[in-house]
Amino acid sequence: MAPRPILTVDGLSVEFRTRNGTVRALESVDLTVAKGEVLGIVGESGSGKSVTAYTVIGLLDKAGRPVAGSAEYDGVPLIGTREKDLADLRGREISMIFQNPRAALNPIRPVGKQIEDVLLRHNQATRQDAKEKAIAMLEKVRIVDPPLRYWSYPYELSGGMCQRVMIAIALACNPRLLIADEPTTGLDVTTQKATMDLVQELTRASGMSVILITHDLGMAAAYCDRIVVMRKGEIVEAAPVAQLFADPKHPYTQKLIAASPGPNSKLSDLTAVPDEMEDAAPVQAPDAPPVRVMPPSRAPLMEVTNLVKEFPRRDAKSVWPWQKSETADTVFRAVDDISFSLSRGESLGLVGESGCGKSTTSSIVTRLLDPTAGSVFFDGEDITAFRAAKFARLPQRRKIQMVFQDPTDSLNPRFSSADSISDPLRRMVGLSGAALTKRVEELSDMVGLPRHLLTRFPHQLSGGQKARVGIARAIAADPMLLVLDEPTSALDVSVQAVVLQLLDRLKQELGMSYIFVSHDLNVVRLLCERVIVMNKGKIVETGTAEDVLTRPQQDYTKTLIAAIPQLDPARWRPPQTAAAPVPKAAE
Amino acid sequence: MLRFAKHARYVLSENPVTAGAFLFFTLLILLAVFGPWIAPHDPLATNASNALQAPTWAHPFGTDHLGRDVFSRVIVATRLDLGIAVSAVALSFVIGSALGCSAGFWGGWTDRIVGRVSDTIMAFPLFVLAMGVVAALGNSVENIIYATAVINLPFYARVARNETSLRREAGFVLAARISGGSDARILATQVFPNILPPMMVQISLNMGWAILNAAGLSFIGLGVRPPAAEWGIMVAEGATYIVSGEWWLALFPGAALMLAVFCFNLMGDGLRDLVDPSRRT
Repeated sequence: MAPRPILTVDGLSVEFRTRNGTVRALESVDLTVAKGEVLGIVGESGSGKSVTAYTVIGLLDKAGRPVAGSAEYDGVPLIGTREKDLADLRGREISMIFQNPRAALNPIRPVGKQIEDVLLRHNQATRQDAKEKAIAMLEKVRIVDPPLRYWSYPYELSGGMCQRVMIAIALACNPRLLIADEPTTGLDVTTQKATMDLVQELTRASGMSVILITHDLGMAAAYCDRIVVMRKGEIVEAAPVAQLFADPKHPYTQKLIAASPGPNSKLSDLTAVPDEMEDAAPVQAPDAPPVRVMPPSRAPLMEVTNLVKEFPRRDAKSVWPWQKSETADTVFRAVDDISFSLSRGESLGLVGESGCGKSTTSSIVTRLLDPTAGSVFFDGEDITAFRAAKFARLPQRRKIQMVFQDPTDSLNPRFSSADSISDPLRRMVGLSGAALTKRVEELSDMVGLPRHLLTRFPHQLSGGQKARVGIARAIAADPMLLVLDEPTSALDVSVQAVVLQLLDRLKQELGMSYIFVSHDLNVVRLLCERVIVMNKGKIVETGTAEDVLTRPQQDYTKTLIAAIPQLDPARWRPPQTAAAPVPKAAE
Repeated sequence: MLRFAKHARYVLSENPVTAGAFLFFTLLILLAVFGPWIAPHDPLATNASNALQAPTWAHPFGTDHLGRDVFSRVIVATRLDLGIAVSAVALSFVIGSALGCSAGFWGGWTDRIVGRVSDTIMAFPLFVLAMGVVAALGNSVENIIYATAVINLPFYARVARNETSLRREAGFVLAARISGGSDARILATQVFPNILPPMMVQISLNMGWAILNAAGLSFIGLGVRPPAAEWGIMVAEGATYIVSGEWWLALFPGAALMLAVFCFNLMGDGLRDLVDPSRRT
């Protein structure tokens, strides 16, 4: 072992006071970080990985309290130390990068000033040379034109740039330990790769230790030396990366690895059963409707031709309304003349980074948005002939339904699950009374939602259960086309696996067509037969999922695929199941 | 319903101050409903021989310059004051949230018109505006209610507009649209119930203002007319006697007014927690 670990956590337990008594968030957690080591803490939401970090750095929520154990940083105890001493340590010795860079930066202070603040607080700079040093830091994190960006406000920078500024702040005082809490959540895959490469390069150069907290096994594998797997506040396994993936000891680790879709895994390989569902009702209840497997026919269901959507630009140059400027300056083409078609029973993936126009396209297809030009033929009819506001009352409405990205946001907090599922049935199918109740129960059986959860409100359900409610609502009116807008990006990997399998089964049973919008090529490949890659509102590449992923023709597609932190399965073990990433990027 | 009762019990037991405020509010309501039967004396009966008596057991709050029992008058006045405040607040809540919700939901011209109208109202010193309304329409209880409602309208419109515009693009609103809901229906069933928690805080704050406003109008002689029992008038009538040492005439109605306002302000957080589903477990 290395001489003395820089951070030692020994038997740390943390309790939270809640309405229903105290809850143990951490249960005797032991871990060490050696000098220059990159330690990954991996686990699903609620596993206590962030609580560990926050306890160590002394930023634990008021309701939380360490009840046992100790944490030492280079011989200095961290638990029970006075806040003043901890504040000295934070930033100078231990730094942190937060999940949402835009929220972590002060929105009304230029980013350069925010770097200066840290430098001045820890006496690393004087008032005279602070600005110079701040600009040097900006340069170090490769922000283009640092003297100019010094004066930028966080809202003027992209998410990736904000995260770079956060890194600059965190590294400004040359700390010896950096804690990165899901540093790339909400960033695009290519930005994620650039950010993580930067962190790796900068920390390696100065021999800094890093704790990388992530839910993404692929990322942990790519950037960590050693990985700690956490579950429900306990460490279930700790091992060097190679050993962990080659020979996972704990069943939970095995489950996690099995649930992560890799570049070669098939949908049936993902055999994870999340805890919440283990004791749930059987997926096929006895009185569920008989399975009717529809053969996919190749008749076209939807034809999109020359679709264009323009939005007015906010930063248009003309200040006064009478100053006419060029149209090209004042509008932003979110979707730029795209055409594609979709057959009955086919599933089509729409892939690209944020801002590529995939969500706009799906909004137009679901008729929530009016296109600027072009048309969408659905089942032989031009559905763009009706304005979006009118479309809600047309019979075609029930044929096109949607599953939303964020299961929490897409359920009305004041509606119980049953209310949410019955809403489309009442509106579009006209069911009521006993028939409605029966149909809601049928649907909940179909999506594997235990019936006793039907009376619950969204905040009483887990992420996976909320996703099921969202899917049940979408299929309630027997749609022919289901648009899935990143339906799994807010879910844990093991829940994602179950939801993907559910979607696949429903597609076969009900003969629906899918348009699957996602930034995650690995997930798209599992569910889709054909893929469209979009960039800047245009279609870059289209083809079968297999072709696009394994033999990408366009440079953009190649970069996109290369940016996913893939695990090379052969590196650790021969069999085909490998852990790979599920990078999340909220649109 | 049982669920709601359990939730209410939790909210109240968690915060004793809120529980106290709710208790006092219940007392006010009881007084407002049963006041005339509880009051030991006729609030309007004058008795010149018994004028300006200091508090005694027979008259716990003393008697005023006409020999009327101040205790009875304070009790009976609850109905009028509370009635004015509740109806004014109800009126401005209904109209204000309807305007604010439409402004926030549809934006554009609706938003501009509603926004500018409430700006215009708020540009006036509100009490002066209320005085103007009562002076123009005439001195009656209904007009006090209208005046109080008008000056409180912009607050509801603004809160409702902001909360609605935050939720206009929420996933569950889009989902409702995809489920075939029309705009008005989505606004009523999806958006409006979700903006209730912040509106509740506004309501309880406003109740305090409304009571003060009604009493203030009466105090300057523009509201309820003597001899009706009303806290504002009683303070106004008693004010002239403070100098000569008869403090009880103004103190007790003033204290009632203060306690009522205080109670409404404290109720806000409790009300919000009551209507917020995510506070339930």
